[in-house]
Amino acid sequence: MKLVISSEGPNPTDQVDPRFGRAPYLILFDSSSETFVARDNSAQVEAAQGAGVQAAQDVVALGADALLTGHCGPKAFEVLSAAGVKIYSGFAGTVMGALRAWQGGELQPISSPDGVGRH
Amino acid sequence: MRIAIASGKGGTGKTTVAVNLAVTIARQGRSVHLCDCDVEEPNAHLFLDPVFSGSWPVTVPVPAVAQDTCTHCGMCAEICEFNSIACLPSRTMIFPDLCHSCGGCWLVCPQKAITPEDETIGSISTGKAGELIFTQGRLIVGKTLVPPLIEAVKDVPGDESWIIFDAPPGTTCPVVATMQGVDFVLLVAEPTPFGRHDLALALELTRQLAIPCGVVINRYEGNPGQVEKFCLREGVEILARIPFRRQIAAACAEGGLAVDADPEVAAAVSGLIDNLRTRAVMA
Repeated sequence: MKLVISSEGPNPTDQVDPRFGRAPYLILFDSSSETFVARDNSAQVEAAQGAGVQAAQDVVALGADALLTGHCGPKAFEVLSAAGVKIYSGFAGTVMGALRAWQGGELQPISSPDGVGRH
Repeated sequence: MRIAIASGKGGTGKTTVAVNLAVTIARQGRSVHLCDCDVEEPNAHLFLDPVFSGSWPVTVPVPAVAQDTCTHCGMCAEICEFNSIACLPSRTMIFPDLCHSCGGCWLVCPQKAITPEDETIGSISTGKAGELIFTQGRLIVGKTLVPPLIEAVKDVPGDESWIIFDAPPGTTCPVVATMQGVDFVLLVAEPTPFGRHDLALALELTRQLAIPCGVVINRYEGNPGQVEKFCLREGVEILARIPFRRQIAAACAEGGLAVDADPEVAAAVSGLIDNLRTRAVMA
């Protein structure tokens, strides 16, 4: 199973970025190997618009089954849903903490966008 | 002569100046066409009560994907500067409200799976208010691509001797679209710190576009203030001063004309027209 977590930094000890599309890093966690790989998302941090659309496309391209983030806007939600990626939102604290909370709890993926699309 | 009326700051009196200027020119027996280019919030018609004789939609081309011929190669998403395409392994998704109609995606698609499709972004209405010819654009609420609609509005006037474009506030793309190609820009400023600040931004824009401009001070209270000092320092001519008076505000609130409410405004607008006419002769 592969998870992507939106992050303010490249390490599992960094804070979860509540924004999905404009998070500086997307951290991929592979549960089969228990490894983290940080992906630089700075292109979307600087994007004039549509950051969520492109970040969602990248999450799908990474082969992720699920996304852990703070909030997910309508366009990113549409892209991720079309690809069957489950979205878990409302996370704060460290990336590692979010991962443990997800592993330990019986959380439900969101069924509609919970963030406002922004320019 | 093609004139744009702009301000930077909102609420300084662009539409008041535009409407009173246009009506006064029409009353002088000259052909004049006023275009409300503030397509996100058109309001000049409130003061003119025009009779519209024509109305039509304005469209822009946006991509449509034939999913059965698309191989999801991703070249369309790659070339899109506006992140309006997401290419997934088994599906390519388009977000038309992010599209700027550049046409890159349908040019680059090796399968010819993307074709342009018309999307309506707004409408144009044209007609007359007395002898004044009046055109307005109106963007559909929720649409974000403003400049193509403004450009379509600006295409409506013909060979009228005076063509006046009432610009939206700000100094962003819609204002640039309104200013482009005009002979002169009138910058309407109010004598406040905020007004002076945004006048500087608007002045900088006219300089970057290399369009001559002059200033109209609205809500003028009689003593030379920071806007006049700024204009003096920058070498920008003040072409008219509209006084700050209750009777003018009352007339505007009822949809009336400032030139009918206050003789001093009528004189200021007549002087403004004379000044602009000398510039048209020089140009």
